[in-house]
Amino acid sequence: MHTRLVAAVIVAGAVAGPAQARDQINIVGSSTVYPFATVVAENFGRGSDFKTPKIEATGSGGGMKLFCAGLGTDYPDIANASRRMKSSELEQCRANGVQDVVEIKIGYDGIVIANARTAPEAHFTLRHLFLALAKQVPEGNQEGGKLVNNPNETWADVDPALPDVAIEVLGPPPTSGTRDAFNELAVEGGCKTFPGLTAIKQEDKNRYKAICRGIREDGAYIEAGENDNLIVQKLAENPNALGVFGFSFLDQNRDAVKGASIDGVTPEFDDIATRAYPVSRPLYFYVKKAHVDVIPGIREYISAFTSDDAWGDEGYLTDRGLIPLPTDERTKFVDDAANLTPLESL
Amino acid sequence: MSSYAATTISSQAAANRLLLRRKRAERRFQLYGILAISAALGFLVVFLASIVSRGYMGFVQTEVRLTVDFDQELIEAGSYRKMLRTSLSELFPNAGSSRAERRTLARLVSAGTVFVLRETVEADPAIIGTVEDVWVLASDPVDQFYKGRIDAALPEEERPISDASLARIAALEAAGRIDLRFNRSFFTRGDSRNPEEAGILAAIVGSALALLVTVVLSFPVGVMTAVYLEAFAPKNRITRLIEININNLAAVPSIVFGLLGLAVFLNVFGLPRSAPISGGLVLSLMTLPTIIISSRAAIRAVPPSFAEAAIGLGASRVQAIFHHVLPAAAPGTLTGAIIGMARALGETAPLLMMGMVAFVVEVPGGFTDPSTVLPAQVYLWADSPERGFAEKTAAATIVLLGFLLVMNGLAVYLRRKFEKQW
Repeated sequence: MHTRLVAAVIVAGAVAGPAQARDQINIVGSSTVYPFATVVAENFGRGSDFKTPKIEATGSGGGMKLFCAGLGTDYPDIANASRRMKSSELEQCRANGVQDVVEIKIGYDGIVIANARTAPEAHFTLRHLFLALAKQVPEGNQEGGKLVNNPNETWADVDPALPDVAIEVLGPPPTSGTRDAFNELAVEGGCKTFPGLTAIKQEDKNRYKAICRGIREDGAYIEAGENDNLIVQKLAENPNALGVFGFSFLDQNRDAVKGASIDGVTPEFDDIATRAYPVSRPLYFYVKKAHVDVIPGIREYISAFTSDDAWGDEGYLTDRGLIPLPTDERTKFVDDAANLTPLESL
Repeated sequence: MSSYAATTISSQAAANRLLLRRKRAERRFQLYGILAISAALGFLVVFLASIVSRGYMGFVQTEVRLTVDFDQELIEAGSYRKMLRTSLSELFPNAGSSRAERRTLARLVSAGTVFVLRETVEADPAIIGTVEDVWVLASDPVDQFYKGRIDAALPEEERPISDASLARIAALEAAGRIDLRFNRSFFTRGDSRNPEEAGILAAIVGSALALLVTVVLSFPVGVMTAVYLEAFAPKNRITRLIEININNLAAVPSIVFGLLGLAVFLNVFGLPRSAPISGGLVLSLMTLPTIIISSRAAIRAVPPSFAEAAIGLGASRVQAIFHHVLPAAAPGTLTGAIIGMARALGETAPLLMMGMVAFVVEVPGGFTDPSTVLPAQVYLWADSPERGFAEKTAAATIVLLGFLLVMNGLAVYLRRKFEKQW
């Protein structure tokens, strides 16, 4: 009895080997794009005769690695990313036979700094964020001061106009794409307000990155894990704490938290869309051109994603917190999607 | 001897004090024990209470009764969206006709309603041309409000539901058109990005398929290994080395098995990613040591006289083991296997590497179909922004705990039923 079952399983395993054809789109990549891609996939699956694509949230980097590992049904067809593909990744793709990759930019995601609804409204500048969160800051928070380990303990230390409460920021861990974007846009953005620090970039790029994107590790910035719902809960309980997460979580939890303004702009839908809000990043997906028409449905999935009904100004993705692209950019990517225009270089 | 007795008598008082102190120490120790148990029980109660209080609402869902005109022309043109819109605007004639107003009105019901209408027609074409009352799922904000999880006293811009929608919910309630009903789709559908439609069937089937692979592979292999090591293997350096390694494997973190599975099953053997067959293989590697160790303990606990008597009556060694020792060891072996399976059911880390933490809508139909597992579904929902997923997460946790309880209960039952005293 058992031997027969074992044999059956082994045979099933052997049959399911490399030669198996696939009739379902296979998508990997960023967990920031995941909530948007899954909505499109679900509507696509229910509204057409194709199977619903399978989507894994592997993170942008992990997704690119899987995506670029090769051609054929064993490898994913589409990779989502919350940043642009790196040139090293494109080289990796080409080295593994993935010649033509189509790039589609789908919209923007705002990264917000929020606190409890019961707490006073917070207004920051990028410079404040750098001085409060960077590992090293110029002494005396002044231009030209020599770099010291961040001595600022309260927001008032950063700027006397800010409240005299301890700096306590809950945010994602270094493995997260949100953290990368926050470091690059907010912390580095504040760093750039010090010409002396920006000058380092010419001399030593790595040192510049370490200074301008390094987050302090003395407990003022608390790595709260990848679960943004948890950060929202913790903020609601602690009015002195601030949290860093994606715009869609702010949008869904407005009765518990509110967003801080940065450089005078609040993280509202329209302000992120016009790029007036400084901490927002583009989201992408990448398609293997060679898989189109081999795996059924890829062409239709792309056109469903790039339809006005999905990513338009009033499409269903905006209900989920995706900030749509400006119309001219959208037209360009609709063209790219229809013609499957491959990336030349990055 | 006499000096000893003298000392005893002379220090009678001291001895009494000592005795008192020892008794006090014993009472203190018992108190610590009781405190430890109450703390453990307290945590368990808090955990269960928080899961149940958050999750029980996940088993019911707010539904809205719409009167839908299944117009033949609209169905032939495929305009189910228009059909839904007509039905809603007949309910609320004053809702306004601008695009934005129509969108707010449409947001009363689930985004999947259009597909549900189409599925209704496909399931029962006789409905075409009639006007029918249909219960459809309310949208997530309406559902959350109706369940009392959104405070209507907050200013409009701070809650996820508009004043207009609140007025409409009140009107629906007055007309008896809105109600909490048992959430069938939770048990009959796969994952969805609309919390009101999300279900766990795909995850349950995925878990079942993966566990089937696990039990079919690891149970016979594990029991055979245990039998061989206990009854046949020579006791030498090599078998001791094997023993030590098996014991160590039982303590290896599960993610390591995931990495191994990724490297061997997916990359070398080319098994499909995200499929129960690959996930089940990894889980069987993980449960093998547990089954081997518990089976060996069970076999060792059978008195040697069983085998000796059988051999004395002319049975071969194999006959003695399989006819007499193994049946007597069955309760322990089965318990070990079930506990191992229960652990495998709750595992996500190794399956993450096998691609089983994924968005899967269709219920898997076989061992090579993409699928996810129950704990992975819990993890995915816990990280979703939509409000309704909080209770779905807790409800799925309750289901997972239910399965674990049943499996552990089965283990206890088997042990009780077949256990013998020698």
